[in-house]
Amino acid sequence: MEFQLTESQRALQDAARKYAREVVRPKAAHYDETSEFPRDLLSTAFELGLLNMAIPSEYGGGGLSHLEQVIVCEELAWGCAGVATSIIANDLANLPIILHGTEDQKKRLLSEFGQKLKFSSFCLTEPSAGSDVAAMSTTARREGDEYVLNGTKCFITNGGYADQFTVFATLDKGKKHKGITCFVVEGRPAGVTTGKHENKMGQRASNTVTVNFDEVRVPVANRIGEEGEGFKVAMATLDNSRPLTASLSVGIARAALEYSLEYSAQRQTFGKPIREHQGVQFMLADMGMNTHAARLLTWESAWVLDEGQRNTLQSSYAKCFAADMAMKVATDAVQVYGGYGYMKDYPVEKLMRDAKLIQVYEGTSQVQRLVIAKELFR
Amino acid sequence: MKILVTAKRVEDPESKIKVKPDGSDIVKEGLKYKINPFDEIGVEEGLRLAAKHTGEVVVVSIGGKEVQEQLRHALAMGANRAVWVNHTGPLDQLGIAGLLQKVAEKEKPDIVLLGKQSIDDDQNQVGQYLAEFLGWGQATFASKVESLESAEEKNKTPAVVLSADKKSVQVVREVDNGLATLEVQLPAIVTTDLRLNQPRYASLPGIMKAKSKPIEELTPAGLGVDVAPKIQVLKLASPPARKAGIKVPDVATLVEKLHNEAKVV
Repeated sequence: MEFQLTESQRALQDAARKYAREVVRPKAAHYDETSEFPRDLLSTAFELGLLNMAIPSEYGGGGLSHLEQVIVCEELAWGCAGVATSIIANDLANLPIILHGTEDQKKRLLSEFGQKLKFSSFCLTEPSAGSDVAAMSTTARREGDEYVLNGTKCFITNGGYADQFTVFATLDKGKKHKGITCFVVEGRPAGVTTGKHENKMGQRASNTVTVNFDEVRVPVANRIGEEGEGFKVAMATLDNSRPLTASLSVGIARAALEYSLEYSAQRQTFGKPIREHQGVQFMLADMGMNTHAARLLTWESAWVLDEGQRNTLQSSYAKCFAADMAMKVATDAVQVYGGYGYMKDYPVEKLMRDAKLIQVYEGTSQVQRLVIAKELFR
Repeated sequence: MKILVTAKRVEDPESKIKVKPDGSDIVKEGLKYKINPFDEIGVEEGLRLAAKHTGEVVVVSIGGKEVQEQLRHALAMGANRAVWVNHTGPLDQLGIAGLLQKVAEKEKPDIVLLGKQSIDDDQNQVGQYLAEFLGWGQATFASKVESLESAEEKNKTPAVVLSADKKSVQVVREVDNGLATLEVQLPAIVTTDLRLNQPRYASLPGIMKAKSKPIEELTPAGLGVDVAPKIQVLKLASPPARKAGIKVPDVATLVEKLHNEAKVV
């Protein structure tokens, strides 16, 4: 058992922290307010190798271990969770290829990401199929050496700017899970259209759109895994991405805690700083304790993956606990700030809005509990 | 072109520094450390020079095993290899300059870049001693005319300019009443001031690559340097706490207090 970060893990943490503090933080309020795509921040992230951390180095990516990724990701989210979500969206979209792609697919479909700033989107959710993945209605039909995709995906991160899409579609809806298959659409062919950028409550810097596929042709060579393996591919991807999502929550909560510690030392009531009141101390103590507990769960869930073991239970523990924790901690940060906390001139209400999304995306907190229960019954 | 740069391990300037009650040292528990910011500027300048004139950047640090962290940072920024002088225990500026002299004689660089001072004890002596020991020219407090927002800075143009015959460098330095430009014969010592450049961030691939870059270990004994300090620190003390300010009712009282109490007017 080793809790100390290694020298190189600390170096990665410091590099990400510096980017978050000096590049992201000064622009976070601007992108939250305008909901514009933070291309300048993402471009710097690309130059620093913060994009595509999960792509193995032999295919031009960062080749970071899962533990290293979550350490970095906490820092990014501390800067701005919306920007962090846009940064890790490439890894989410590319994980199916990393995990289940053939050598040829990895070379063809991953190597460009290390050479230029390029976005890819993970297209799983549909207007009527979120948690219930098997209910998806985007179809794929085979025609010779191609598949033809038709359907609509929604809430797609970076979809408006993506030049590659990892799409899940069903070959036969009657087969439910067993009909789902994973495909990679390269570029933005004519049949791919995207809708308007969603006006979200939080994480407003990350681009979120609907993506339509209308008779989009994909070569058989771009099918990831076998026909009918798509559900398995999607679930393995989410096992890999949940520690990252959990680390976003830890980053938000740490920011909320730090802001609260700072403000409670300055703000005076009844003749003393509010942090000298026990009621406030109890809140601050809970914030610190829960943030750290979530961090340890997150690190463990990533470490298990690095050990080559199945982490479904640990990653659901981490994602669920961390998301609910961040919501509570950010809400308490607003409470510590009182009336000022409710105002957009102060940084904490953004954290509360940003945190809410993590309870919802990549498996809601309720779905995580279903997964956890199922794992406990195994 | 070969450039030797220093990377001293110093307390993170964002840490809270407390002096031990007996005044023997500062409290080191829980402190974070980083590369001396002036040295980091030196690493950046070295990398720019090496990129422009196809050269090698060798980074050197003196201390226990922990200074490898700062060497790795410089390697992650892009330095080619590192020299670690393994030494624990007290060391004064003469000892440091003596060790650097031997490393420089071994490495034979064209330029040694050092921070003008380190932010821990702010001595501002090592670069000057080193120039004396080696008998080389020196340009201290290297700065540049262009602002840190200028195109030159964005293009990562080195501010230290190599002459056409490659036998000297031109260095702009900060002096009390402005800027002075020096021409120094190579090999030379250049110490860096704050406004020379903005150091690049270490990239993640840079950090990963730094893991496999070589760090050569040397010792004071191996280098034949007696590092027994000639300067002994007797006592550290915090600056006296500032007294609270006072409000004065009118200008007359203000002038009276400035004249009679503060004795500044």
